[in-house]
Amino acid sequence: MSTLNKKSGDLGTWLMHIFLGVNAVIMLYPIIMMALSSFKTNQEIFSSPFSLPKSFSFDNFAIIWSQTNVPRYFINSTIVTGLSVLVLLVVGTMAAYALSRYKFKGNIMISLFFLSGLMLPLRLAIIPLFIQLKALGLVDNLLGLICIYTAMSLPATVFIMTGFLRSLPSELEDSARMDGASEFRIMVEIMVPLITPAMVIAGIYNAVPIWNDFFFPLIFIQSPEWKTLAQGLTAFFGEYSINYGVLYAGLTLAALPIMLVFIVQSRRFIAGMTAGAIK
Amino acid sequence: MAQRTATIKTPFENALARRRQLRKLWLVFLLFPAIAILLTFVFLPMASAILYSVYEWDGLVRGEFIGLGNFQKVLLDPRNNQFLINAFFNNVKVFIALMLVQNGLALILALFLAREPKGYRFYQIAFFLPVILSTVIIGFQWKLFLNPIFGLVNTLLRSVGLGDWAMPWLGLPETALGAMILVNAWHWVGFPTLVFLAAIHRIPKDLIEAARLDGASEWMIARDIIWPLMAPAVTIIVVLTFIGSFNWFEIPYIMGGLEGSPAYSTDMLGLLFYRTAFGSVSAGNSDFGTGSALAVLIFIFIFTFSTIATRYLTSREVELS
Repeated sequence: MSTLNKKSGDLGTWLMHIFLGVNAVIMLYPIIMMALSSFKTNQEIFSSPFSLPKSFSFDNFAIIWSQTNVPRYFINSTIVTGLSVLVLLVVGTMAAYALSRYKFKGNIMISLFFLSGLMLPLRLAIIPLFIQLKALGLVDNLLGLICIYTAMSLPATVFIMTGFLRSLPSELEDSARMDGASEFRIMVEIMVPLITPAMVIAGIYNAVPIWNDFFFPLIFIQSPEWKTLAQGLTAFFGEYSINYGVLYAGLTLAALPIMLVFIVQSRRFIAGMTAGAIK
Repeated sequence: MAQRTATIKTPFENALARRRQLRKLWLVFLLFPAIAILLTFVFLPMASAILYSVYEWDGLVRGEFIGLGNFQKVLLDPRNNQFLINAFFNNVKVFIALMLVQNGLALILALFLAREPKGYRFYQIAFFLPVILSTVIIGFQWKLFLNPIFGLVNTLLRSVGLGDWAMPWLGLPETALGAMILVNAWHWVGFPTLVFLAAIHRIPKDLIEAARLDGASEWMIARDIIWPLMAPAVTIIVVLTFIGSFNWFEIPYIMGGLEGSPAYSTDMLGLLFYRTAFGSVSAGNSDFGTGSALAVLIFIFIFTFSTIATRYLTSREVELS
């Protein structure tokens, strides 16, 4: 296709490059400004908002590290995202394995059950969920969030993993069965290693929204010590509302880890996050 | 049957029965955890929401059965339904604006990127970068940029001689919603772009090349070949945008607050639901009954329209034979 487009001198091609370039600037410039402003003092932000910071001082970051709860929020978000994705991948892959590799009565019924879970917006059931978690003692508790995230991400995970598992040939499985390997060993030692790339995609697909979510913690977490990063930022914004350098530093710090992973692993990230929308 | 169970089984039959038993146990072991978690934390609360909506509530305590009383209160009580109507039309505006601005731009970007210009990988990463960030970060970041006095947007306008255009974007009812929609478009445009791009890449290249050799213009290729063949991706994006627009909560909550400031110009169904369910200045005390009724109504609306939209949009999809 590109060989046909080699007449790069024409006006259309130039317009295309300008359009894409301008867009890239619009997308990246705000993020760069956010990062640069985090090194500035309040005074610098007012007097010279667009210039580079006079010195790359880490004072704002030091304030965040020593005087705010942001490090704690980081740990909480890591725990919640890590455990949710772990449980989700184990439980989701198990279910997908049963649905894709075995013929049994009720297979279609159970597949439809998971599929219908895809269409239920759990946010609208927040009231019963609140009462239910309260009864279980899971309000203001990270375990409560882990339960919610695991449950609401399971249908999509089962859906994605079933698709991948179905595409595996059955020869390996059959010959292992002939050799007398147990079903458990066939799954863990033969099939699962073959679908690790799919598990990475399903993991990213779920981890990013869980890490970024702010709605469920807003309702279920009250104590500062259990707040997640996205939610904790709102508290932090109230506290430091006039120290703009610190605010920018907080945002930069919150954005940094996921951005670094994305830049290194962009292909997997894009494949993962669009996994639900591309057939 | 009775005869058969009475007869003594051969060792082979015994082994077979045991194997079958074992296989059943194995399948239960594989499926049970996922089904149990989904039932407990998704299906049970969804079903309860419907049940709760027909009861009176006093805080966390369920009161009497009142039939459709809560629905009546949401839809017909003028104190409530003026908020409902206002919020609903704001959601409609958001949907239309996002379809035009966000998805329209995404389509153009995808058509350009499909020609794999120089910097193709870089553009993909640049357009997708905001998508991975939390709405909280995006919302606060743009709130700082849109600050009327020292925010970058107004400073930039003043520095290029457009000082008259500098205004408190989030403080005026005329501009607040538009500003938030643009922030949302900035945040998400990379997503439809890459979904569209993947769909275009799946169109056989020789089809496009043949058209080009026949002298078709780029515009004709886009309109007559690419557009009809990328219909499935369009269906998905339209439905996702619809669901997202009517569940819109984070950006207006962070940038305009729970009451949809200024003057309810950025109020949304999601905010109204939150206020009704958990209480606020305008909605009064927390009311789980009317809150649940509102949730059920929103769900029915989203479900009905996305089903109809999917049906309609799928019917215009064409298959390559």
